Amino acid sequence: MSGELKKEQVLKIIKSKGKEKEQLLAILLEIQQASGQNYVDKKWARLVADELGLPLTKVYDALTFYAMFSTEPRGKYIIEICQSAPCHVMNKAALVQMFEKQLGIKMGETTPDGLFTLQYSACFGACDLAPAVKIGEKVYGKLTAQKVAEIIANYRGVSVCPK
Amino acid sequence: MQKTGKAAKKVTVSIDGRPVTVPEGTTILEAARQAGVKIPTLCHHTDLKPRATCRLCVVEVKGQRRFQTACNTPVADGSEILTNSKAIREARKTILELLLADHPQDCLKCVRNQNCELQKLANEYQIREVAFERSEKDLPLENTNPSIVRDMNKCVKCGRCVEVCQEVQQVAAINTANRSVDFGVSTAYGESLADSPCVYCGQCIAVCPVGALTEKDDTARVWEALDNPELHVVVQTAPAVRVALGEEFGWAPGTISTGKMVAALRRLGFAKVFDTNFTADLTIIEEGNELLQRIKEGGVLPMITSCSPGWINYIEKFYPELLPHVSTCKSPQQMFGALAKTYYPEKAGIPAEKIFVVSIMPCTAKKYECTRPEMQSSGYQDVDVVLTTRELARMIKQAGIDVEALSEEEYDAPLGISTGAAVIFGASGGVMEAALRTVYEVVTGQELKDVDFKEVRGLTGIKEATVDLAGTKVKIAVANGLANAKVLLEKIKAGQCAYHFIEIMCCPGGCIGGGGQPLGTTVAIKEKRLEATYDIDRGLKLRKSHENPAVKTLYEEFLEKPLGHKSHELLHTVYSKRKY
Repeated sequence: MSGELKKEQVLKIIKSKGKEKEQLLAILLEIQQASGQNYVDKKWARLVADELGLPLTKVYDALTFYAMFSTEPRGKYIIEICQSAPCHVMNKAALVQMFEKQLGIKMGETTPDGLFTLQYSACFGACDLAPAVKIGEKVYGKLTAQKVAEIIANYRGVSVCPK
Repeated sequence: MQKTGKAAKKVTVSIDGRPVTVPEGTTILEAARQAGVKIPTLCHHTDLKPRATCRLCVVEVKGQRRFQTACNTPVADGSEILTNSKAIREARKTILELLLADHPQDCLKCVRNQNCELQKLANEYQIREVAFERSEKDLPLENTNPSIVRDMNKCVKCGRCVEVCQEVQQVAAINTANRSVDFGVSTAYGESLADSPCVYCGQCIAVCPVGALTEKDDTARVWEALDNPELHVVVQTAPAVRVALGEEFGWAPGTISTGKMVAALRRLGFAKVFDTNFTADLTIIEEGNELLQRIKEGGVLPMITSCSPGWINYIEKFYPELLPHVSTCKSPQQMFGALAKTYYPEKAGIPAEKIFVVSIMPCTAKKYECTRPEMQSSGYQDVDVVLTTRELARMIKQAGIDVEALSEEEYDAPLGISTGAAVIFGASGGVMEAALRTVYEVVTGQELKDVDFKEVRGLTGIKEATVDLAGTKVKIAVANGLANAKVLLEKIKAGQCAYHFIEIMCCPGGCIGGGGQPLGTTVAIKEKRLEATYDIDRGLKLRKSHENPAVKTLYEEFLEKPLGHKSHELLHTVYSKRKY
């Protein structure tokens, strides 16, 4: 599965960063964003390796070192629940359960429609909202089951009526 | 490394209360060694860079708040170092316990039982229980290729294999991957070695301190063949095995064990004990003639040797555009296999289908080579099973053969007859030297008085020389280790290469440093194996391949002439680009 990305697009991304080894992370991030599935396919990792003159294993090392990357297809929206201490003591576990129940998946999994992936994150500085969650660039906090349902529905593009 | 600059300043330090004077820049580890103290190490390897990842070599340095790692910390003048304080012993014990907490506890069933660096340390530190909760992973065992088995559950993450694969060989099939508790060694995207750039050289196995990387053990298949009364099982032994096998029995590195090895192979039940050296001589006749033909007829030059299967895998995967440079000669192992199932059956009156050919090789890539579909020119798989030096030692031990007590025995004729030119195939530069001995006499028609071409010998990565063949200056180069081979290949690609003939061996030092050799190989041990190799050569009456009487008979009775029709059918091959 290499999503809808085309080789030309990937080459363009590589070229736009000057085809430099120092730009490896920036290149991989842009490919991941363009993939539609939030991951870097082996095919594109190999293309990057060849274009930058790096062994594929070096690219793979970078991809698996940084938590922001994935080498497996993920949902269009990544739901990241903070697992650092402040969120933990503010009952992160309950928040995880709300999302798991609402999405019908377990932590680390992706919904069958390919829309959502649920995963943990390190602290992103929203301790005042603990337990906090981040979807894309948006941060949410102090959630209830109902709010979780609303948020998910919003991303799905449907409205929910409160009971 | 422990290398220090020229005329380095001397410094004096105290190690456990005893003064020792060493050149400035010496590591604590090395200084301690000179003071008679062996600091324990796990990730450290004498021939590789210090990496200080395992932390077992920690020591106390007076005035320093934290423990220092001895393998990568240079001594400072006047410093007081404690290697065996209570705090250090406790720290090391804790580190070992942490390592053991996620290491499988199945030492009795492990191929490295009694030959494992972690097991040895656990014993030295008398680890009797592990205080930490066990956290074993259940990673899949990879044993789907013919050469290398990977069990990452046993990996201690020392990184030696990574350095060898990434830097020494520059194959880069494996690297570090993931982070934190998931950190480990992996191929890209967890692909199998068969799908990766791996060339099966086995240098990763040679440096692995534990049982995470091992050769695919084929001893059971050999026992089965030996137990089958229908089969006529013959064996060939590679040149580099005889100078290394003894290490498996505790003999000093560089002990020549040819005669005892032959005797042991007979005791194991092989019907005939033959020698790959016979076909090494044959290779020289074929390859020497191929070189002369290329020079005369304007063929592709430089011509590159083709004996080393790891090297062949490498060029097929990395530089397929340069394949026309590679000699079409099969490796000596495969020439042997082809003859053992054609010429030998005719001569011995045994049907070819009853012949089972076993090779003893210093090499893991040979295991893959014998399974190549091209290697069936006899109509059967020419070589049935390849065992490494290590596996042969295992069989000998299992059979209860006391090698020490054996009298030396000779190889069987005719496929066991060879010259000194053949035995040096085991050393980097050996194929080149052997070829020069023959090509010189063929071209000049004169006797070569001094057969030693010393400029191509030794462990140096790239060696170059010019040889005068009756007025024709032949430029040659020799490379060992794939990073060095790459340098020459890039030169050829850039058209900056005026060589006529290049020898390339995949493993550093050549076959004496092969991935199938006894474990614990270091540069110092390779030097000993080299010395032994040239000692054997020097002690032989016949030292030129074209003087081998059995090879002469082979041409008269069977092959007719070098590069002839039969030679092409049986002794030469084709290469192809391989994707990964």
